[in-house]
Amino acid sequence: MPEYETFQHDVLIIGSGGAGLRAAIEASAAGVSVGMVCKCLLGKAHTVMAEGGIAAALANVDDRDNWKVHFADTMRGGQYVNNWRMAELHAKEAPARVRELEAWGAVFDRTRDGRILQRNFGGHKYPRLAHVGDRTGLEMIRTLQDHGIHQGIDVYMETCIVTLLKDGDRVVGALGYDRERGHFKIFQAKAVVLATGGIGKAYKITSNSWDCTGDGHSLAYHAGATLIDMEYVQFHPTGMVWPPSVAGMLVTEGVRGEGGILTNADGKRFMFDFIPDNYKTQTADNEEEGWRYTQGDKNARRPPELLTRDHVARCIVREIKEGRGTPHGGVYLDISWIRKRLSNAEEHIKRKLPSMHHQFKALGDIDITKEPMEVGPTTHYIMGGVRVDADTQMSGVPGLFAAGECAAGINGANRLGGNSLSDLLVFGKRAGEFAAKFAKENSYGKIDNDQVDRYTREALKPFENSHGENPYSVQRDLQEVMQHNVGIVRDESEMQSALDHSKTFWERAAQVGVTGNRDFNPGWHTALDLRNLLTVAEAITHAALERKESRGAQFRDDYPEKDERFAKVNTVIRKAEDGSMEVRLEPLPEMPDYLKQVIEENR
Amino acid sequence: MKTAVFKIWRGNATGGEFREYTTGVSEGMVVLDAVNHIQATQANDLAYRWNCKAGKCGSCSAEVNGMPKLMCMTRLSDLPLEKPVTVQPMKAFPLIKDLLTDVSWNFRVKKKIKKFKPRPPDAPDGTWRMQQEDIDRVQEFRKCIECFLCQDVCHVLRDHGMHEKFIGPRFLIHVAALEMHPLDTENRVEELRNAYGIGYCNITKCCTKVCPESIHITDNGIIPLKERVVDDFYDPLGWIWRRLKKKSDRQNVEELKR
Ligand SMILES: Cc1cc2nc3c(=O)[nH]c(=O)nc-3n(C[C@H](O)[C@H](O)[C@H](O)COP(=O)(O)OP(=O)(O)OC[C@H]3O[C@@H](n4cnc5c(N)ncnc54)[C@H](O)[C@@H]3O)c2cc1C
Ligand code: SF4
Ligand code: SF4
Ligand code: FES
Repeated sequence: MPEYETFQHDVLIIGSGGAGLRAAIEASAAGVSVGMVCKCLLGKAHTVMAEGGIAAALANVDDRDNWKVHFADTMRGGQYVNNWRMAELHAKEAPARVRELEAWGAVFDRTRDGRILQRNFGGHKYPRLAHVGDRTGLEMIRTLQDHGIHQGIDVYMETCIVTLLKDGDRVVGALGYDRERGHFKIFQAKAVVLATGGIGKAYKITSNSWDCTGDGHSLAYHAGATLIDMEYVQFHPTGMVWPPSVAGMLVTEGVRGEGGILTNADGKRFMFDFIPDNYKTQTADNEEEGWRYTQGDKNARRPPELLTRDHVARCIVREIKEGRGTPHGGVYLDISWIRKRLSNAEEHIKRKLPSMHHQFKALGDIDITKEPMEVGPTTHYIMGGVRVDADTQMSGVPGLFAAGECAAGINGANRLGGNSLSDLLVFGKRAGEFAAKFAKENSYGKIDNDQVDRYTREALKPFENSHGENPYSVQRDLQEVMQHNVGIVRDESEMQSALDHSKTFWERAAQVGVTGNRDFNPGWHTALDLRNLLTVAEAITHAALERKESRGAQFRDDYPEKDERFAKVNTVIRKAEDGSMEVRLEPLPEMPDYLKQVIEENR
Repeated sequence: MKTAVFKIWRGNATGGEFREYTTGVSEGMVVLDAVNHIQATQANDLAYRWNCKAGKCGSCSAEVNGMPKLMCMTRLSDLPLEKPVTVQPMKAFPLIKDLLTDVSWNFRVKKKIKKFKPRPPDAPDGTWRMQQEDIDRVQEFRKCIECFLCQDVCHVLRDHGMHEKFIGPRFLIHVAALEMHPLDTENRVEELRNAYGIGYCNITKCCTKVCPESIHITDNGIIPLKERVVDDFYDPLGWIWRRLKKKSDRQNVEELKR
């Protein structure tokens, strides 16, 4: 019988990105003991990579902005399948959450009158993104980290949670291992918050960091929670395509917000040709007006480059497919053209987009102030995730909460840029608050040692099989299949074939072997992550098959139009009694009249 | 396909050796690509950190051909590939395994530094006013990605192991960012002189040279802090710069009221 070290906290937070940190701060402020575990070091979670900004209707740059406009923009961007209550809370509370960051030491770029500056982003009617150059995520995570370390939160860095522990229906803790020594640890908790981020590593081309393997999605699913909207994977329109080693690396939408344009190999600015009907009234129909918009002219409408991501990504794919792509299979994104309009263009670009300038110079030998970039879509974000109660962020499993990218609802079929960072703050806070409340109202549950033993034995199996398959090969093959079969453009037969592959992937995953010992052994860690990657890959595929229409981020070649039958339903995934994955369509919560009216007013 | 040889340190605190790995080289590759490829195909248990592969998280610090570098931002085309490329762990921190070091000391140091303490809000809605030119410097320091390469190269830590007496360049600019923050009201001068050990820095500027974020650690951060410590010592009534800062803030508030 192995010995486990056990730690006890009222609230256990899994993940130290924006959502996890914000939840931890709130829970500890409520006076409960808080433990936070993360796979990485503190301050290095994926949130650190965010570039463009945090969306909040502060109305510092355009005083016509308010929560109603932000709400309507979010719902329109999400094709109205968002959870209306989450979208409402998000729009209402984001400004206070951003101001709070300033009170904790964040230093945002300023307007001329000394307030927080806001920039344009796709799908947002007014300049709305509070930012720091193009390193907003760093500013946010550092602010939360530096504030959080003085709050008495116990942080377990480089510790990976492998399963949630239950007592009856309720979640009562989690089992993990520390990466450094490979020792298993039991975290007993009255409430658990999942804040594990995204799933980008299920795909080959992604902007996501190493640790985005969908752990929270998978942990919740196996613990009996439901997942919704998993078909909605956001492919960001602009990732780097060259050189190959950086393919997928993000090029922030901020480039287009500052006036960057998309052109094809013929030099044509193609986005003007494809403006969807529901955006026609808000979109410029000539280059001159588009330029004026990016320069802050309040009477101008936004250029078509700033349409929603799903749409821009598909337009780019079409250009490439129809033979108008660049030599390396992308399209051009050009900010250098603004030299024709601004005398100090070079300085301006460097000041507004310093990381992009550096990234292209250092990794691609391109000076973006002088020449265009080559870009193409990259897997970026998942709208789907754990279904939670909008107000409390609790999942269907008592004691289990989720916030940030691993939770679902706010974004519907497509997320607007900037709405993730604000989501992390708004719902991270709520998750922390209500997890603390739950912890105060409940006692510790019982840890089932058999459950723990079973899992650890399972987890150590790859060591007995040192001649088994290399876990990296399974991971790579899975990424290939997802990229090709469940990517931007989908159809029934390709996805069916992905599901067939899935069976073999599970078998291969069960047979992988690792060499070496348990001390910081990435091969072993990769072997353990496979279960999560496979679970989310399957969930995405099932949901995408079930939704026989195209909407937002989901585009089906075999059902290229929107279909009314799917306009008011979520795809819902849960683990059936027999362990199989069950998919269903369930009606969306009905939106109350006062919000319908808000949407009407902002048509 | 072109190939290159990598000599990677393998071992732990009790000992180890450089081992050679050969891997293919394609256009645009960085050291981290090569190391990732070696890990995935030849050495599954090779330990090192990385997250973003975009120079943003500061995880992948190591010494490449003896130079402290982010592996993800070091292009192979900038290295002489006719010789093996050596990759070894940072030296200023205890080794855990292979390229992985125990950097937890840095996190403990940060906890000791007095936190941000803002003045009361300037406007009735609880917000503040700051001019862009007053925060440019602070924003420069806040670009830090906590890669700890500057800590690795600083001789006070690297060669003299003064970790208990000196917080190192990373945290000196952290203090600088707090002290120069227009809203901050805390005073950290006494600690700078004693607990933070600013006197141990003899301005060799090695830290500035390795900083991947091109932060002017010494010129813009440490030297002004040193001046502040000296001024404060001889002029206990206060420090002129701070008074000026307060004044310009007051002006901001006055303007707001108008
Ligand atoms: C390049 C890039 C730029 C972006 N720019 C923007 C932007 O400008 N604006 C915007 O709003 N959004 C942006 N996004 C999206 C946004 O950054 C992410 O959606 C968001 O940061 C996710 O935050 P999170 O807190 O949910 O999770 P993350 O920040 O991903 O953190 C997840 C945490 O969970 C931990 N974890 C995961 N699994 C486990 C486990 N099993 N055990 C223990 N710990 C675990 C990880 O170690 C990590 O600490 C961008 C994304 C990318 C990739
Ligand atoms: S300048 Fe000071 S802090 Fe920087 S490396 Fe030299 S001694 Fe260390
Ligand atoms: S100051 Fe520069 S070198 Fe030092 S930790 Fe920060 S980014 Fe790294
Ligand atoms: S992996 Fe993030 S800085 Fe290198």
